Amino acid sequence: MNYHRTLKSAVAALAVAVPLCWSGIANAQDAVNLRMTIWSANEAHLKLFNEIAAGFKKDHPNVTVTYESLPFETYTTALTTQIAGGNAPDMAWIFETAAYDFVNSGALFPLTDTLKATKAYNAEELSATAAERWTKDGKLYAYPFSTSPFAMFVNNDLIKASGAKTPAEMIAANQWTWDNAIATASTVGKTGKGGLIVRDFNYQIWQNLASVWNGWGASPWSADGKTCTMTEKPMVDALTFIHDAVFKNKAMPGPGESVDFFAGNAAMTITQISRASLLPKDKPFAWDLVPLPKGPAGNYALIGQAGVGVMQSGKNAKTAAEFVAYMTNPENSAKLSQFFPSARKSLLNAEVLKKTNPLLSQEQIDKVVISGIATGKVIPGHTGFAQIQQVVRSGLDAVWRPDANIPAALQQICGQIGPLLKR
Amino acid sequence: MAVVQQTARPEGRSSSSFWTIARRDSLAGFLFIAPQLIGITLFVLIPLCLVFWYSLHEWNVLANTFTYTGLANYQMLLEDTSLPSVLGATAIFSAGLVIFNLSLALLLAVLLNQKLAGITVFRTLFFSPVVVSLVAWTIVWGFLLQKNGGINGVLLVFGIEGPNWLREPVTAMISVIVVQVFKNVGLNMILFLAALQGVPNELYEAARIDGAPRFKQFRRITLPLISPTILLTSIITIVGSLQVFAQIAVLTQGGPGLTTTVLVYYLYQQAFQFHFFGYGSTLSIMLFVIVAVLTFAQWQMRKRIVFYES
Repeated sequence: MNYHRTLKSAVAALAVAVPLCWSGIANAQDAVNLRMTIWSANEAHLKLFNEIAAGFKKDHPNVTVTYESLPFETYTTALTTQIAGGNAPDMAWIFETAAYDFVNSGALFPLTDTLKATKAYNAEELSATAAERWTKDGKLYAYPFSTSPFAMFVNNDLIKASGAKTPAEMIAANQWTWDNAIATASTVGKTGKGGLIVRDFNYQIWQNLASVWNGWGASPWSADGKTCTMTEKPMVDALTFIHDAVFKNKAMPGPGESVDFFAGNAAMTITQISRASLLPKDKPFAWDLVPLPKGPAGNYALIGQAGVGVMQSGKNAKTAAEFVAYMTNPENSAKLSQFFPSARKSLLNAEVLKKTNPLLSQEQIDKVVISGIATGKVIPGHTGFAQIQQVVRSGLDAVWRPDANIPAALQQICGQIGPLLKR
Repeated sequence: MAVVQQTARPEGRSSSSFWTIARRDSLAGFLFIAPQLIGITLFVLIPLCLVFWYSLHEWNVLANTFTYTGLANYQMLLEDTSLPSVLGATAIFSAGLVIFNLSLALLLAVLLNQKLAGITVFRTLFFSPVVVSLVAWTIVWGFLLQKNGGINGVLLVFGIEGPNWLREPVTAMISVIVVQVFKNVGLNMILFLAALQGVPNELYEAARIDGAPRFKQFRRITLPLISPTILLTSIITIVGSLQVFAQIAVLTQGGPGLTTTVLVYYLYQQAFQFHFFGYGSTLSIMLFVIVAVLTFAQWQMRKRIVFYES
């Protein structure tokens, strides 16, 4: 009797469990898990990304998006290691310097068709200049979701205390030039504080010096990327100017010296406007944000970009492309622009930018952000950039010495990177 | 005949039964070494074979292509204009490290091989860096060695303007060697200390009676008797010096120029930063050969330099 009862119970349990399991398997088969690698671990950024993922889930209930934060400094290395290990993410942020490698290699899924098919996407309002580095044969391979201009943050307290003119005063007098900027930095440097810092350069990330040498019209290589132009006069003059600022005028911290502007220890720093969040709240100082000074070649601007692309090798590349389209649609671009300035024309106006950048004044937004994004050149990049970066970094070490022979060092660098540029 | 049958029976039983005592013992032995054997197979032997296989290919990770190129990567090894500088930096680093590390470790061991009150405190003090996280240790040294860092700050108190330690070619190499030596000298010191304490006291007493001065006692008694330990520590230190990575990555990133770009760091750059996994694998094979040859040469030399070894 007991035996029969047990048998009946087992059959009944199976009768209930099998369909449940079957539907579970069916659901699991439909479920799509997308992973995006990013280099930010900022809580506010992640909160916004998760909100966007939740918004996408409303229309795509089977799709779950997760974000994986990788360390900023080694981001591209970590990403390519994941790809080499057969564990590529579905979507990835890409630095502007690595854009050519990713776009030209065929690693990315083309986005153009998906973006065009997305309702009210307005893909045409993304300027061609902003999309240039992310496009190949007329197809967009990664969306430049962040287009952030470089600008000069100023500590007016330190400058006034040293008796030098502030950049705002120089701008008003039409004297905001590199010579005068370095003169002010040198005056502050003599008080024992830091002068002018090109943030993140640290005598390693030399491409950030484009924020200075673009004022001389200098460029490390020709527009087609095939020829080294570091030996040409604009680059020699610009690097001689920087060398003098470091070793003669003591206006910029030398190699191996660390000074933090945002801790209130330096007069000026060149960095992207998103770094305004680093301004101190406990011990605030009178700060300003001004455009980069005028160089011998005139006024100029520099922008850094970040793109988001879909990995071609992913099983769900089409769904991932749909998510990228959702993430960068006009509505979400507006939300993202509080952290990552958008290159969409409709979002490049003072009204929108004031809302998303409450720390900046109307004038700062007009002169620095809107003008910077509209006219700025993107930071240098090239196919095989990591190797070129390393060779130039190594060669420039000869420039960062008090007794440097700058033209000879640049000649040697061109000799080394010439074959790499032609590849 | 009966005797033959009696002796044949046990043999017949043992051949019909597979699990003889000898086989059972072998199995037990293999089971004991299995964890290590599986680990070595999975994490050393198989990757070694794979690295050799990769070295015969051009592997473009981004384009997802894996093309057989034969010995092209080995040809590239011969044509690589940076490689002589890299091998030179590796040789200087290894030689500097081994000489400085072993001399200092021996000196400390001799000094600390005294029966004095509180001597264990000093032993612990010199050993403590060995257990500190390597990266944390290197980052702290990175701050100290900056131009306006702690070391130059102390020098300035005495009116000396210190060099830009990590930015000058000579001082950068000295700095990475010293940072590595201070990190690991405690380990060799402990090994030397143990060896020194194993030297019989009677030999020193006899030498003293014969009128041998202290240095002669050290040269004629101590050094020969601790020579097996000297061999062991030199092998460990040389092999370790060829694998240095974190210190270079944190302190100098291989600069200035290529002066501190040692082989492992160069290999890392080629494979993981420039995405030349095939060429990176070729460099790994070269490193493997260098380590194997050096270890073999040292092992062969033991007959001439090691005393009292059977």
